[in-house]
Amino acid sequence: MLRVEELVKRYRTGDVALRGVSFNVEAGEIIGLIGPSGAGKSTLIRCVNRLVEPTSGRIWLGDLELTALKKSGLRKARRRIGMIFQEYALVERLSVMENVLSGRLGFTPFWQSYLRRFPQTDIDRAFDVLDRVGLIDQVDKRADALSGGQRQRVGIARALVQEPEILLIDEPTASLDPKTSRQVMRLITELCRERQLAAIVNIHDVALAQMFLPRIVGLRAGQIVYDGRGDAMSSTVLTRIYGEEDWAKSSSLASDPEDAEDDLPPTPPMADATVRAVVR
Amino acid sequence: MTMDANASTMAEPAPRRWQQPKLIEATWLRWAITVAVLLYLALALGSIDANWTRVIEGIGRAGQLFAGFLTPDFLSRWGDIQVGIIESLTMTVTSTVAGVLLSVPIGLGAARNIAPLWLYALCRAIIAISRTFQEVIIAIFFVAMFGFGPFAGFLTLSFATIGFLAKLLADEIEEIDPAQVEAVRATGAGFWQVIDYAVSTQVMPRLIGLTLYRVDINFRESAVIGIVGAGGIGATLNTALDRYEFDSAAAILMLIIVIVMSMEYMSSFFRKWIQ
Repeated sequence: MLRVEELVKRYRTGDVALRGVSFNVEAGEIIGLIGPSGAGKSTLIRCVNRLVEPTSGRIWLGDLELTALKKSGLRKARRRIGMIFQEYALVERLSVMENVLSGRLGFTPFWQSYLRRFPQTDIDRAFDVLDRVGLIDQVDKRADALSGGQRQRVGIARALVQEPEILLIDEPTASLDPKTSRQVMRLITELCRERQLAAIVNIHDVALAQMFLPRIVGLRAGQIVYDGRGDAMSSTVLTRIYGEEDWAKSSSLASDPEDAEDDLPPTPPMADATVRAVVR
Repeated sequence: MTMDANASTMAEPAPRRWQQPKLIEATWLRWAITVAVLLYLALALGSIDANWTRVIEGIGRAGQLFAGFLTPDFLSRWGDIQVGIIESLTMTVTSTVAGVLLSVPIGLGAARNIAPLWLYALCRAIIAISRTFQEVIIAIFFVAMFGFGPFAGFLTLSFATIGFLAKLLADEIEEIDPAQVEAVRATGAGFWQVIDYAVSTQVMPRLIGLTLYRVDINFRESAVIGIVGAGGIGATLNTALDRYEFDSAAAILMLIIVIVMSMEYMSSFFRKWIQ
């Protein structure tokens, strides 16, 4: 469904973020992308909808080669790709409804969107997804008046209202507390199952990834170093992804400086992780 | 001393003293700096070459002016004053509106995070020219081009508004949160939709605030540029002073003060109200 071939991204500063990454995502499949900060996770998913221009390599969405698209073709393709962000990236001064409706901008002519006269079908869609994520009572609240968990639900609603075929999800839980993180991850995986949505989820928290995501791709220094089942990850695999020196000195991922910003609960030794991984 | 020592042995601790730390630790240096500053001040004052006889004459004239202030005469030149005030207010409103209409596109063009380099350079150049010249100089230029009167004043203030508003707007746009822009772009929105949803929402309160602020600046400036012939209440004031009609001049100054103060009050009220 999504095919990435030999993707390379070299930034103008000379930093190479991706060095030939290839993988496939099947329809309805959710994959977790893990790896240390700077491994190229964010760059990778931003290359898919070309918020970041890849240097070389190709990406197909179904039969459409995304990397070959010009401006208006790209805009049409972006409508098929929903995106959810780390710090929600809501338009703070707009209402919840306007934020959700902004997911329909790619389908709406400028003047209609400027006057906020969206077609009735779009408004119905927006109410439906808001109901689904549990925010039907907050429709006219301003986005900056919501809590973190609520904001991320608006972010999810905005992506869903596009009726996309695939979701790109960038660190959906990094700004949330552990409990809300789990709720948000559960919501995302449920929604993907309900709607047969494929998804790529960038995620810092290995335990959370194993808990919710069946397939995990490990990225290190711009290259894929692991691609397989989440519950089959051993400590050697994690060493390959995160590096020896960070890894060997403790059994807890939380001590990894890369993860300092997360509210990670202490992770048990990896031998146990395989046992816990099949929660959902 | 012994009292303190005794007190402290009797369970009551001695009062501990504290002084604000000195900015400059060394006492001698503190004094040296103070003396040097005073010495320089004395020398500087001594170097001013004051013509005391002229000052005494001036005091007499100032007395007349202040006497005029005590008896402001709104009536004998009321016709001129009224025309001048209306002209100034018209200039203020029209030039602010025109200035804002021009500033928004120029401000967008001058924001590096939206505009391509050539447009950025062009818009920043326009802003730089507008900011380089003080209103009075621009007014002299436009008066020479279009003759005396409020039209030159209108052009001056519109042009000056660009330098102020477009620059501050562009700077504000350059500091918006890029994540919101990215998110709206990712939905497949077009350029103007991104501007509408992700950029203008972030800068709008600031734009409104700056516009209101500019209204009262433009009124004040309209009084100044009138003196070089660009119409408005400034022209009326200039005429009154030339004729030594200090009582009429006083009336004009009072009106200017009242209008400026009420505008400032209103604009600060509105700026607090939006957010």
